[in-house]
Amino acid sequence: MSTPSAALREPGHGEVREITLAQAIREALVEEMRRDPRVFVLGEDVAEAGTPFKVLAGLVQEFGPQRVVDTPISEAGFVGIAVGAAMTGMRPVVDIMFGDFLTLAMDQIVNQAAKVHYMSGGKLKVPLVVRTTLGATRRSAAQHSQSLHAWFSHVPGLKVALPSTPYDAKGLLKTAIRDDNPVLFFEDKMMYQVKGPVPEGEYTIPFGVAEVKRVGRDVTVVATSSMVYVALEAAQILAQEGIDAEVVDPRTTFPLDVETLVASARKTGRVVVVDEGHRRYGVTAELAAVIAEEAFYDLEAPVRRVGALDVPVPFSPVLEDETVPTAEQVAAVARELCGRSERDWR
Amino acid sequence: MRPSTVSLAELPEEVRDIPAEDWLRMYRLMATIRAFEEQVNELYVTRRMPGLAHLYIGEEAVAVGVCAALRREDYITSTHRGHGHCLAKGARVDRMFCELLGKAEGYCRGKGGSMHIADPDSGNLGANAIVGGSAGIATGAALSAKMRGTDQVAVCFFGEGALGQGLLYEVMNMASLWKLPVLYVCENNLYNEYTHYRETTAGEVLARPRAFGIPAEDVDGQDVRAVLAAARRAVARARRGEGPSFLLCHTYRYLGHHVGDVDRSYYRSKDEEEAWKTHRDPLKVLREWMVGAGLARLEDFQAAEETAREEVAQGVAYALAAPYPDPREVTLHVYA
Repeated sequence: MSTPSAALREPGHGEVREITLAQAIREALVEEMRRDPRVFVLGEDVAEAGTPFKVLAGLVQEFGPQRVVDTPISEAGFVGIAVGAAMTGMRPVVDIMFGDFLTLAMDQIVNQAAKVHYMSGGKLKVPLVVRTTLGATRRSAAQHSQSLHAWFSHVPGLKVALPSTPYDAKGLLKTAIRDDNPVLFFEDKMMYQVKGPVPEGEYTIPFGVAEVKRVGRDVTVVATSSMVYVALEAAQILAQEGIDAEVVDPRTTFPLDVETLVASARKTGRVVVVDEGHRRYGVTAELAAVIAEEAFYDLEAPVRRVGALDVPVPFSPVLEDETVPTAEQVAAVARELCGRSERDWR
Repeated sequence: MRPSTVSLAELPEEVRDIPAEDWLRMYRLMATIRAFEEQVNELYVTRRMPGLAHLYIGEEAVAVGVCAALRREDYITSTHRGHGHCLAKGARVDRMFCELLGKAEGYCRGKGGSMHIADPDSGNLGANAIVGGSAGIATGAALSAKMRGTDQVAVCFFGEGALGQGLLYEVMNMASLWKLPVLYVCENNLYNEYTHYRETTAGEVLARPRAFGIPAEDVDGQDVRAVLAAARRAVARARRGEGPSFLLCHTYRYLGHHVGDVDRSYYRSKDEEEAWKTHRDPLKVLREWMVGAGLARLEDFQAAEETAREEVAQGVAYALAAPYPDPREVTLHVYA
């Protein structure tokens, strides 16, 4: 994985360490809670338990139970409470243990948080972060494995971030906490132990700025969250065949960095979009449409999509593994776009 | 169901310090709400108002009594039937009409309309068109007040229809656990839209908040003295850091679920409507008590009503003549 080296070279950064994505998330929260007394964490098992993924371990020891608040199992209730707190001067960071549970809080997120600023003619603000997970292959079946970020990307008033690296996770989460709008922050639960270079101390990554994770010239693979790793692996396979793939991570689905996606598409003329949400009506559809609209005359072939299979996520490993995009699938689509077949190479 | 005709035997202790002019002020506010709502109905009938509105006529004593126990910096959240709460908390008539007519000077620059008026300057965090939808917001405002170390309280107004929403029970549970300074004010006007609440609501309403350890009481919602007394008790408890309270205010919606609900014979009788208007009208109850106790003369009430009508007439005239927002504002305020 390439590193966001430009930012790392900026002065003022502390020592760069290899830490996990979970540690990066926690570091962002700790730094923001030290910086701003209005920031607090609310959710199920966030205090002593530090969440089932241990992402928040140690937080309550530093900030106490007043700012790391364990809630009952009441997603609608505590998201609603966070909305009200955000409207009246606090900056809550809500923890929704599994992205699937967002469905329980849909009214509070979609009808309340997303609408308040607009409905009030700009008078009220909802500086709220909803941290949650996405991603399958944890053998947790249909109600603990979904990737529902497309739903929220559809709703005006919400912003949606989905980091792929520890570096991005820390910088994007700090931006989310400082944003005056409700932000859905999706972390792939399978990436919590992924390590990467992260500087100590202060830096932020603006929303709406994609990053080219690998430079290439033959085909663009746009990938989100953990699919960035799938795309990079596909790029390695393709490289052995003489196909030079560029991997672009939008980092936020809204705001969306159309410019960077389109520039890459124009350069390579071929685009595959990969996302772990369901393929139909999904993030891949939107990104493909945006690219097709803006770069049509520079494209050598139709934009292709690779998403999760359109089935509920099954339990049995042999079934579940069928549902998630793989590097081989992405490479196969890219190969086709380049007018090649696997046989050509072998 | 017939209204109770039981009146207060004596003035509750909590409101004995209130001078006659303050009661008269509350009367004028109730009269303003009523005149405002009558004017809204007129705007609908004459097709000068876009959309619909849900009128508060008959329920005025609840909003006025509760808000009289609050300070300007205290919070309220309101409902689709929210004009009364909005006015009682301190909003202006002219700017409210502007909002109802979709004008630029409306409280929400015409983006909210009747069901979404918010006026943070007077502590109104907004009406809400999802039944029970603001229970989280009010409870969160109370959590925020506690975390920020202020002694603000938050009031969540909701109709008895919201008793069917799970959110209410989730947040009451947390409000009680965390001793949040919040009042849950249930306005039981007997009808969930077009269905009597007894057909939708099992058991005893007060047993529900009490199950969470929240003190709960019946309140005569047609008597502003009783509402204010109960609200003062609850607000004082909240400011002392002792947690939430629940007021079950028995009241009645004189008109339909919304302005277009004119034929109501399939869900309630004219006799029932007349009984409430005759025996339990909130303006009448206050007026008769004050006159009987020698606190005011009939002319004082006529003058208050005249002032209210005048304010409403001026407000609606202003709003009718006021400009619409520039259509380019449609994309403004999506994000802060």
